Amino acid sequence: MGLLRAYIEGAGIIGPGFANLDEFSRVLESGRADPSAPTPAPAPACLPPAERRRAGMSIKLALAAGLQALEASERDPSCLATVFASSGGDGDNCHQLCEALASDDRQISPTRFHNSVHNAPSGYWGIALGATAPSTSLCAFDASFGAGLLEAMVQVAHYGQACLLIAYDVPYPYPLDRVRELGGAMGMALALAPEPTARSLAEIALDFAEGAATALADAGLEAMRCSIPAGRGLPLIQALVRPEPCRLVLDYLDPLRLDLAVTPCR
Amino acid sequence: MALGRIGLAPCRFETVSLDTFIGEVAGVDDVVLPERWSAFDCRNNRLALLGVEQDGFSDAVRAAVGRFGARRVGVFIGTSTSGMLETELAYRRRDPDSGALPADFNYGGTHNCFSAGAFLRDYFGIEGPAVVVSSACSSSAKVFGNAARMIDAGLIDAALVGGVDSLCLTTLYGFNSLELLSSRPCRPFDAGRDGISIGEAAAFALLEKRPDRPRPDDLFLLGVGETSDAYHMSAPHPEGTGARAAIALALAGSGLAPERIGYVNLHGTGTRANDAAEALAVNAVFGDAAPCSSTKGSTGHTLGAAGAVEAAISLLAIRHGFVPAGLNTVAVDSAMGLNYVLAHRSMPLDTVLSNSFGFGGSNCSLVFGRSA
Repeated sequence: MGLLRAYIEGAGIIGPGFANLDEFSRVLESGRADPSAPTPAPAPACLPPAERRRAGMSIKLALAAGLQALEASERDPSCLATVFASSGGDGDNCHQLCEALASDDRQISPTRFHNSVHNAPSGYWGIALGATAPSTSLCAFDASFGAGLLEAMVQVAHYGQACLLIAYDVPYPYPLDRVRELGGAMGMALALAPEPTARSLAEIALDFAEGAATALADAGLEAMRCSIPAGRGLPLIQALVRPEPCRLVLDYLDPLRLDLAVTPCR
Repeated sequence: MALGRIGLAPCRFETVSLDTFIGEVAGVDDVVLPERWSAFDCRNNRLALLGVEQDGFSDAVRAAVGRFGARRVGVFIGTSTSGMLETELAYRRRDPDSGALPADFNYGGTHNCFSAGAFLRDYFGIEGPAVVVSSACSSSAKVFGNAARMIDAGLIDAALVGGVDSLCLTTLYGFNSLELLSSRPCRPFDAGRDGISIGEAAAFALLEKRPDRPRPDDLFLLGVGETSDAYHMSAPHPEGTGARAAIALALAGSGLAPERIGYVNLHGTGTRANDAAEALAVNAVFGDAAPCSSTKGSTGHTLGAAGAVEAAISLLAIRHGFVPAGLNTVAVDSAMGLNYVLAHRSMPLDTVLSNSFGFGGSNCSLVFGRSA
């Protein structure tokens, strides 16, 4: 049945060793994903040069993954609602601020300050694409992907309109990486719609569940799933790429899990 | 508020040396989190605990958990900087050789954006959905929308909604770098306004599904409007177009015409640009008719908590029948074209619209009222 239902019209993925859905498919086929591979640093074409200079890795990653899903969905970005979900935001920027504030000279740069907000990628997305639709920026620590998916599907149901979910995480630099270990950088995006269209890849129906989350057979991908909050959504990306009808259990906040029934449309 | 008291005083916070006024909550550092939740100990969660333990609120949350069940209650919290102060202080205690952070620093319980959400969910034994919205100064207005949508979708029956943001060096020195701190208590909408006063606050509400038989004193969330400016990271759209659209969406959701709104609680931070843009937006929808004021002259700008603080003020204004004064403001900017209220006014009030706008062009308006 499903408490919530939506149709996936586009997906975007950038992670260790893959820059898009096609490269992810090849990594999946190889069965030898490498979690230690670098995540390609994207340069989102939509960002004006000045903004591109000011934007850190997390902003670029979020926007680039979002653009992939947006293009596949063929939706108009100006009126497409967005949900950004990240466990930690821009760790490099945070480290620089903390270093400056712990020094004798506490002057910090205004750009660094406004980039420190958790909704910085949402702000840049709006500026780059003229997106005036509602946008929210969420965090639920390791459950951030599940929280983002839940919010995006609730919005699709509530407003009866499409919604773009963008989940992203970038590891902190030293010394914060010792108190918050992430297994790499990843951006993942899903364009969700209330009704099937010619672009629909799959229908998903969501329920709350309990128990163990669905693991991935590829050890490298499984390591990414467990060590990167955005990676908690990898089983869904895998199901889209194969594509095969399946039941997935995704991590969320204890004791809850998200049960997803995935039905490919093609 | 009725007495016109302001909570702003010259900044003596921590080691901060800035010529500005702040709204510091007294006694936050005296709050002790129970041993079981010591991993969450930081100024932001102490303030959150202080907040939920006011006015019988924690009893109301526990009663809702008992009535609906732990899985049927959600937690939706807004914050901008969470427990950032803890990290700022830890960076002063790094190992001189290795640069490592001190062993007692707990990132997940303090700094991480979700920490207040995780703490409050566990504190009340809630097992339903939870999330922290961090969209700068609109954060804790937007959580009312998240919670209401999830209740409407039938996933939960009730929600602990609110915001908590506490003083830290990032925001004090950050707004200073933008040259947006006033050296006096902020004067929203005054012709001579020259910046904000930063405050800290915790404010919460218990949102429940619509009762079958509402009681006469029940108050309702009637409308939520969210938009994005798509203009600039730290400056509002000069025409206030995003703000105007958020107000219009909130009104449309409530089904109320503008003239039915009894009072508008303005975002009104006290900067030249913010107030001018908001005035254009409010004037475009309400003309110069609706009584309006910014309560930040009293509380300061509590950033990620401002939406929830002003939701609470809006609800109190309806319940007790008053329009709060826009404190500190002496000469309202005549270019504003607003019915700006300078003195506390007792009057019956059925509906209030509250504005919250933030960095990244994140806008949210809420409509509260007496009848659904």
